[in-house]
Parts: sequence; structure tokens; C-alpha cells
Amino acid sequence: MKHLLQQILQSGKFLTGFIIFLFILLLMIFYPMINPGDPLQTISIGTFAPPGTYVSMYDALDTELNVFKLDNAALNRLDSVLKPEDRVEMIMWFESAGVKVDVTLNDTEALLAAWNEYYDSSIQPSGMTKAKRNYYKRLNDNITRMLATIPKVIAKISEESGELVEVRQIKSTDYINTNKVANVFNLPLGTDNFGRNVLKELASAIKTSLLIGLIAGSVATLIGLTLGLVAGFLGGLIDDFIMFITNIFTVIPSFVLLILISYSIGQEQRGAATVAVVIGLTSWIWTARAVRSQVISLRNRDHVNLSKLSGHSFFRIMVADILPYIASYVVMALILQISAAILAEAQLSMLGLGPKTTEVPTLGLMMKWSMLYSAHLNGYWWSYFPVILTIALISFSLNLMNTGLDQVFNPTLRD
Amino acid sequence: MANHRKSCLSGKGVTKVFGLGLKKTVAVNHVDFDFLEGDFVSIVGESGSGKTTLAKMLLGLLPETEGEIFFQGSLRNIRGRENKKKYWKEIQAIFQDPFSSYNLFQKIDSVLLDCIRMRGGARLPYTNKIEMITEACSFVNLKFEELTNKYPFELSGGQMQRLMIARIFLLKPKILLADEPTSMIDACSRATILDMLMNLRNENGMTIIFITHDIGLAYYISDDVYIMEHGNIVEHGKAEDVILNPKDEYTKRLISDVPKIHEVWDLSTVG
Ligand SMILES: Nc1ncnc2c1ncn2[C@@H]1O[C@H](COP(=O)(O)OP(=O)(O)O)[C@@H](O)[C@H]1O
Ligand SMILES: [Mg+2]
Repeated sequence: MKHLLQQILQSGKFLTGFIIFLFILLLMIFYPMINPGDPLQTISIGTFAPPGTYVSMYDALDTELNVFKLDNAALNRLDSVLKPEDRVEMIMWFESAGVKVDVTLNDTEALLAAWNEYYDSSIQPSGMTKAKRNYYKRLNDNITRMLATIPKVIAKISEESGELVEVRQIKSTDYINTNKVANVFNLPLGTDNFGRNVLKELASAIKTSLLIGLIAGSVATLIGLTLGLVAGFLGGLIDDFIMFITNIFTVIPSFVLLILISYSIGQEQRGAATVAVVIGLTSWIWTARAVRSQVISLRNRDHVNLSKLSGHSFFRIMVADILPYIASYVVMALILQISAAILAEAQLSMLGLGPKTTEVPTLGLMMKWSMLYSAHLNGYWWSYFPVILTIALISFSLNLMNTGLDQVFNPTLRD
Repeated sequence: MANHRKSCLSGKGVTKVFGLGLKKTVAVNHVDFDFLEGDFVSIVGESGSGKTTLAKMLLGLLPETEGEIFFQGSLRNIRGRENKKKYWKEIQAIFQDPFSSYNLFQKIDSVLLDCIRMRGGARLPYTNKIEMITEACSFVNLKFEELTNKYPFELSGGQMQRLMIARIFLLKPKILLADEPTSMIDACSRATILDMLMNLRNENGMTIIFITHDIGLAYYISDDVYIMEHGNIVEHGKAEDVILNPKDEYTKRLISDVPKIHEVWDLSTVG
């Protein structure tokens, strides 16, 4: 037993899969600890706030100032304001005005230097419309304003007169320390269409999805194992009957069955556990077939015969003489069932037949809502890509562990 | 001499067919036999001649396709678990491959404790059980102290097979079916195993049905021999009669295939 464990842990594939899986588990366990609360709570009023650190502007105004004189501050400011299309237009102006400059789009400093040197609103390049010339004038004004370091004024509305009263002037050299701001928080994966914290939702969804996988996998394995053991060991009429039922289920694609059952249960009754059981009930067929064939090859072994001769009961032979020999196989089947069940939940949810939306997040439901809100078309990658990645990693790590186990249990497959 | 001894296991038209249609194999084909109480009977045949299949039918591990098997003169009834259990108190087996005869996940103690339970000793105090097991082990020249708490794969093939005989010693059945018990173990252990089987017969009056492909060996140890070819029993009788005056071509071939050393030895004994 010890030896076997050692062997398993020495299998590179198993270990890689296990470590990936462990990381997912750690995320699932620790993120809710750092950031407790309801994962389904709406926090942002708009949808799809991008990932990043959010600083309360309101609180920032009351925060103590530090003054820094930094050379590149103005440039950075401009850099973040100057849109790519403006940069292209600036270079287009140089061309139409016949000025030869050698600048690239991303070199803000050189671009700006050239602009300040050559731009003149009085020049009227041939073929340029008035509207275009006005656009350039506005652009130039903007740039000048950005570069100028005019202080901004914060004012509040006076309660008595209703006039604006200056509260504070903010200079371009004023900085605040985010540690001193009362409200600062991190959204590593932004928010989704409901304005929920995606990472928090993801951590919770991993838990639900793994639970669905575990329930569905256990149900499927238990049914498949029992039927396979009984059919394989007893043979005869019972075997024929069980195989008849199994064959019927083999002919009907289990996913179609899954859809039909899920639909007939109805949205209100579909909790995560119900969906898990339904997935389990439709996916035991291959386990049953595989276990049966393994048992058939075992039931005529001499150690089973000897156990019979020792007067052991059917049940005892099953548990003590057959089960240990197929245990490794059953564990591997269980791992694959878990992985398949997580994918099945995702598929069902995408079709709108998954668990009820309002109770718990699942990986499938997160995908579904992202797609419904066209996150993939609008570039809100943070709301769906991490979910896809998580599903892929869970599936990948489970399959990798399974292959690793396979190589330990069936040494002939070792590469 | 045979007259005053009773038949303990006999069969009429016993047949086993595996598979259906084109894949049909007749492993045992309408064989008749009569094994007498206290005899050492050998069933001799080449590999694939149906010896193991016949043995499994005799043990009640495989249902016969056709024919009847009589136990102690009356048609045996092994329907249901209780009847089977009763039958298996009287007939036990040692299988060909000791390495596959054990459940690899259980310590060998459990195999021997099962025997005591089988004989109704489940409620005996633990020390008594250990005493019985130790006695059985010493019968086969094994020390139980050295074997207890070990797993089967920690033993050698010879030790495993000797432990199987210790099992029989504990069970004390009327009939022992030994299916090529020496073919998978080293030559040194072979002679001891045969000795132990002889002792079982001599001390407990067990009927031993010994299955082998070695006709020389059969001659050396048995009272009666049955020669099997392709599922048929082609010849049977007293060991000396059959082997010294074979009537069937197949038997003659088997005898001529025996290495010279046996022949020399045979002649010297007879002479
Ligand atoms: N479970 C089985 N299913 C189909 N054929 C079998 C089975 N067991 C044995 N046979 C066939 O029956 C014949 C006799 O086998 P067996 O009794 O093992 O011979 P022996 O023990 O004399 O070597 C062989 O041809 C073998 O292939
Ligand atoms: Mg055989």
C-alpha cells in the first residue's frame, strides 16, 4: 500500500495533474477566506467593470497630499489620453502638410516634439476639409491643455447661497498614497454582467462544480459498479437483463437523455444537487460495461474458486475477492466521471437547463450569462476566459492524474 | 480387493461444452468414471485435454452440460448455497498455479482461519485456532510464526503450495482434487509436495484425485489411472495394467514421450 502510494507520487503525470488541481482547490478555499461574503452580491452598478484596483475618488479628495516632481508625469498623462486613432491622424497631418518627420506611433515623446515644432493651424494642406482642419485644431488644444499644468479646483455647493465654494486646488504634482484612502479595493477579474466580483464568483463556482462532479461521479460509479459486479459475477439471465438495459441506454445518447430529464424537471426544481444526480443517472453505462468485463475475467480465477470452496457468500466474494482487484480501475473511472460531469453541467447550463441561477454560481452558469451578454463580442474577456480556463484546467488535471494512475496500475502502458 | 471399498465419486456421460455454434468447444465429452474411497487416482492427459474442466465440474464450480455425477453412491445435489457448502466440506482442491490461488489483498492467516470456520470452529478461542494452524503448518514443514501477517506475494511458489496443503490438512475433506499441483513450482519442492499428498492419504484416508500430464509420475504414485485425450477418457484401470500394457495409441505415445530416465526406473522397479 505504502509502496503503491510512493509509486503514484513518483509518476510525473499524476503529480503534474495533482499540483494543477491543488492550485484550483487552493483558490477555491482561500479566496473566499480573504474576501468573505456572498459571491452573488452585485457590487458594481454598471456591468463588466474591467479588472484592476479601484480607488474611491470621493475619499481621495480628502486624503493628505504628497508633492512629487516627476519628469515623465506629463508625458504619462498624455500617453494615457492620446488615443491610437489620434496618433494616426497626427502622422497623417505631417504627411499632408509635407513635413518630413521620422516618428513611430508609440513613441509619444518624439511624436509630441514633432507636433509642437511643425503644427500650425494657419497651414492649410491642399485637399483637407475645413472639418478636418477644425479637428486638428481641437486636438492641438487638447494636447496643450494636457501639457499645461493648470491646477484643478474642487468646489462644493454652498448650503446657504447655493454658489460654488472652492474647497481645494489640485496641482499636477499632487499625489495621494492609496494606503491612506479609505476605500480602495482590488478586482483581479473585474465584474460580470450582474456587477458581481468575477473572481469571488469563480471561487464559489469551482466549489459547486466540483461538488456536482463528485455527486454525479459517485452516483454514476456506484450504479455502474453495482450493475457491473452483479451482471459479471452472476452471469446468466440476470446478466442478460442488465446488459439489455445497458444496451438500451447505450443506443440513446446520454446527453439527449440528460436534456430531456432536465427539461422535464423544470427550472424551479433544478438545484445544483438535482442536476448532479441527473447527470449521474445518465452516465453510468460505460462504468457498468467496463466493470462487467473485468469481473468476467476475474470470476473464474483460482482465488475466487478457492474463496467459494471456503464457503464464502456471494457478497463476501464480491467485496473481498473481486472489488480489490478492480478498485484501481474504479477509482480511475470515478475520476473520469467527475471530469465528464463538470463538462456536462457546463453544457447543460449553456443550454439554459442547468441549475437555477439565483442560488449558487456554477462554471456553466457563469459561461452562460457571459455569452448572453455578448461578453465575447465586446472584449470583456475577464468574465468568460478565466471560467473557460478553469474548466479546461480541471478537466486537464483530472485526466492527467488518471493517466498517471493508469501507468502505475497497468505497468505495460508505461512509456 | 476393490469389491469391499465403496465408490466415493463417479460419473456417467459427464460432458462440458463451451460456447455456441462455430465457436463450440467440447472440453469434456461423455466421460464415465468411478473413483473408489481411499484410492490415489491419477487423471493423465496432455495440456488442453479437459482435465481442469473435469476437475471444476467434480468440484461443483462449473455446471456440467450433460451427464450425472454421483457422490458416495447417490446423485449429488449442490443446488443452493447450503448444499454447496455441505458438499465442499467433503471435497476440496489444490489448484495448478499457487500464485493465482491466493487473494493478493489478504494476509495468509485469513485463508487458514477460513478453514477452521468452515469446520464449525468459528467460536473457538483464538489461541486454539492458532494451535491448530501451527500444527497444520508444521505438517507441511512451515513455521507459522514466520508466515503470520504476511501477504501471499511474500512467499515462494513452493511455500504457497505447501500452505495449500496445510489448508487441506485443516479441512480434512473426504476427497482432494489436486490439479497439477507441482507443475508451477521448482523441482526441489515437487518431491516434498508429493510426499505430503501421500501422507494426507495414508494418515486421513483421503481419496486423492491427482491430475497430471506426467504419466511416469502417475505410475509411480497412483492406484488407478484415467487417460484423457481431447475430452475423452480413452483408457483407465490399475496403474500397472494401463502403463505396462497400454492398449490405446494415445497412451502408448504418452509413455514413449516420457524421458528415458523414467523408463529405466520403471523397468528396474518392475523387474
Ligand atoms: N472457460 C472456458 N471457455 C471456453 N473454453 C474453455 C474454457 N475453459 C477451458 N476451455 C477449453 O477447454 C479445453 C480444455 O481445457 P482444460 O480443461 O483447461 O485442459 P487441461 O486442464 O487438460 O489443460 C481447452 O480447449 C480450452 O481451450
Ligand atoms: Mg489444466
